[in-house]
Amino acid sequence: MSGQTTVKPIATRQAFGEALAAVGVEHNEVVVLDADLSKSTKSELFAKKCPDRFIQMGIAEQNMLGVAAGLALSGKVPFACSFACFIAGRFETIKISVAYAGARVRVVGTHAGVGIGEDGYSQMGLEDVGLMRTLPEMVVLQPCDDVETAAMVRWLVTDCTQPAYLRLTRQNLRRLHADGWTWTPGKLDVLREGTDVAIIASGGPVMNAMDAAEALAKEGKSVAVANLSSIKPLDRAGIEALAKKVKVIVTVEDHNVIGGIGSAVAEVVAETGGARVHRHGVLDVFGESGTPESLYEKHRLDAKGIAEVVREQLAR
Amino acid sequence: MSATSRPETVAMLTKMTREMRATILSMITQAGSGHPGGSLSAIDFIAALFFTRLKHDPKNPSWADRDRFILSKGHAVPALYVTLAKRGYFDESQLMTLRQLGSPLQGHPVNRFMVACEAPTGSLGQGLSVAQGIALAAKLDKKSYSTFCLMGDGEIQEGQVWEAAMSASKFALDNLVAIVDWNGGQIDGSITEVMPSLEPVVAKFQAFGWDVKEIDGHNFDAILDAIAWADERGGKPKCIVARTVKGKGVSFVEHPTKYHGAALTKDELAKAHAELKEAK
Ligand SMILES: Cc1ncc(C[n+]2csc(CCOP(=O)(O)OP(=O)(O)O)c2C)c(N)n1
Repeated sequence: MSGQTTVKPIATRQAFGEALAAVGVEHNEVVVLDADLSKSTKSELFAKKCPDRFIQMGIAEQNMLGVAAGLALSGKVPFACSFACFIAGRFETIKISVAYAGARVRVVGTHAGVGIGEDGYSQMGLEDVGLMRTLPEMVVLQPCDDVETAAMVRWLVTDCTQPAYLRLTRQNLRRLHADGWTWTPGKLDVLREGTDVAIIASGGPVMNAMDAAEALAKEGKSVAVANLSSIKPLDRAGIEALAKKVKVIVTVEDHNVIGGIGSAVAEVVAETGGARVHRHGVLDVFGESGTPESLYEKHRLDAKGIAEVVREQLAR
Repeated sequence: MSATSRPETVAMLTKMTREMRATILSMITQAGSGHPGGSLSAIDFIAALFFTRLKHDPKNPSWADRDRFILSKGHAVPALYVTLAKRGYFDESQLMTLRQLGSPLQGHPVNRFMVACEAPTGSLGQGLSVAQGIALAAKLDKKSYSTFCLMGDGEIQEGQVWEAAMSASKFALDNLVAIVDWNGGQIDGSITEVMPSLEPVVAKFQAFGWDVKEIDGHNFDAILDAIAWADERGGKPKCIVARTVKGKGVSFVEHPTKYHGAALTKDELAKAHAELKEAK
C-alpha cells in the first residue's frame, strides 16, 4: 500500500509527547501545562525532560487555559493539555483569553472521539473541532500519524504565530507517511489519487479510509483519499480541485458530523460547486461505552464500514 | 433497618462492603478498564447511605419525593452500580456487563440509561451544581427530600465546585449534603504533590458558609453519626469531609495513584479476593 511502512503503530498523543520533549529541550520558551492528566496526554514525557518548565495545574482546566494565555502574552510558548472533551468544555475561556487576546497558546486535546472506547461519552471529544474552528485566527490541526504529529509540534513551536488547537488520539494509528515526507501547513494532504470518489478523512479513521480505498479498488473503483489535517486554515483550492474531479466526496471523521471536517468541506463545496458531499462520522448521537473496535464498527468508521458508506454513496 | 441496633448495622455494613469490594474489583477486571482506587475509598460511605438513610424506591426510581444521591466523581461508578444492584435496582448478574457496548452500566454514570444515577457525571466538578438545583427545587416545592453529592478531593480543584459552594449557602440549602472523599490521591500524584493549597479544606467550606464535619470515612460509626448530623436542618448546607484511603481494603491496591485507573490483572484479582475473604 502506498506510503505504508512497517513501523509499530503509536497513538498521536504518544507521538506528541515524544516530539514535545525533543523540541522543548531546544526551546526555552516552551512551557507545558496539564490538568492532572499528564500520564494520559503524554505531556509527562516533556515533564521528565524539562521538569522546571512543566506546570501542574491540578484538575482545573479553565484556570489552566487562562494561565496559559498569560504566559503566552509574556513571551512563552505554552502547550495546555487535557482531554479534548474537557478543553471543549472551557470554550469561552479559549474564545476570550486565548483567541481574542491573540495569545499564542497551543491548546492540546487528546482522547478525540469514540475511539477512546470504554470510558464512554463524558470522556469523548466529539464537538471540539466544530467549536474551535468557529474562532477567528485559531489554527486547528488533526494529524493522522506520528510523522505528521511531530512535524506539527515542531511547527507550533518554531513558526506558527497564532493560537492553535491540536487534536490527538488515544488509540494507536498506523504510519501513513513515508520517510522524507514533509508536512505543508494549510494544505490538503492527498494520500491516494482516484477519479470516482474522494474520501476526505481526518485523524483516527484516515488509516481505515486508506484500507477501504484499497478494498474498493479491488472492486474496480477509483478512490482518492485525502488527509485533512489542516482543518483551519482550510485548503479551499485543494478541496475545490477534488470536487471538480470526482462525482462524490465522502468525508470521514471521529467527531459529530455537525461542525466537524464534513461541515468544513461542505461549506467550501457549497460555494465552489462540484461533487456531492456526504458527511460520515458520528451521526449527531451521543457516544457510549464499548471497546474502541466495537464502537468503530458501530459507527462504521472501520475500513469495512467506510467502504460500505462509499459504495452506498456511489450507488445513489 | 430501623429495628436493628447500631452494632448490628455496623457489622452488617462491614460484611457487606467487604463483598462489594470483591465485586467491584471483579467488575473492573472483567471490563479490562476502570477505576479501582476511588471506588474502594468511596464504597463505605455510599453503602451506608443507601442501606441506612436514603428514602427511595428501587421499583420506582423516579419517585418524585425520593432522596437523591449524585456520584459527582463519576469514575467511581462501580461502587454505585454494586450498591444499586444490592439494593434491588437491577439484577446483580448485570454487574459484569460494565463498560460493554449496549450495557446500561456505562463507564461513568448516565441517568438516561439508569435513572438512579440522577445525572450524567464523569466530567469532574459538575455534580454539586446539579445537586444544588435539585435541592433548590425541593425548597421551591416544599418537599422534604435530601440531596447528597459525593465528590473527590482531586475533583474539588475545579472552580465550579466553589461557585456551587458559594451559592448553596446563599440559598440556605440545608437539604444539601456534600461529601468529599478525601483519599489523598488523584492521577498525576498525591494531593500534596499536585495541589497542596487545597488544604485546609474544612476551613474553606466553612468560609463559604457551610457546616462541616470531618470523619474517618472507613469507620461506620463515624459515617452513621455524620449522616444523622447532616439531617439537622440548621439553615446551612452540610459538608462531610471523609478522610479515606484510596484502594481501601486490599493492601497492594492502597496507594494514592497506582490503581487510580488500572484494572487488576486476573492474578492480582485472585490475591485481592483472598485478602478480602480473610479480612475481619
Ligand atoms: C473535568 C475533568 N477533568 C479531568 C478528568 C480526568 N480525571 C478522571 S479521574 C481524575 C482524578 C480524580 O481525582 P479525585 O477526584 O481525587 O478522585 P479519586 O482519587 O477519588 O479517584 C481525573 C483528573 C475528568 N474526569 N474530568
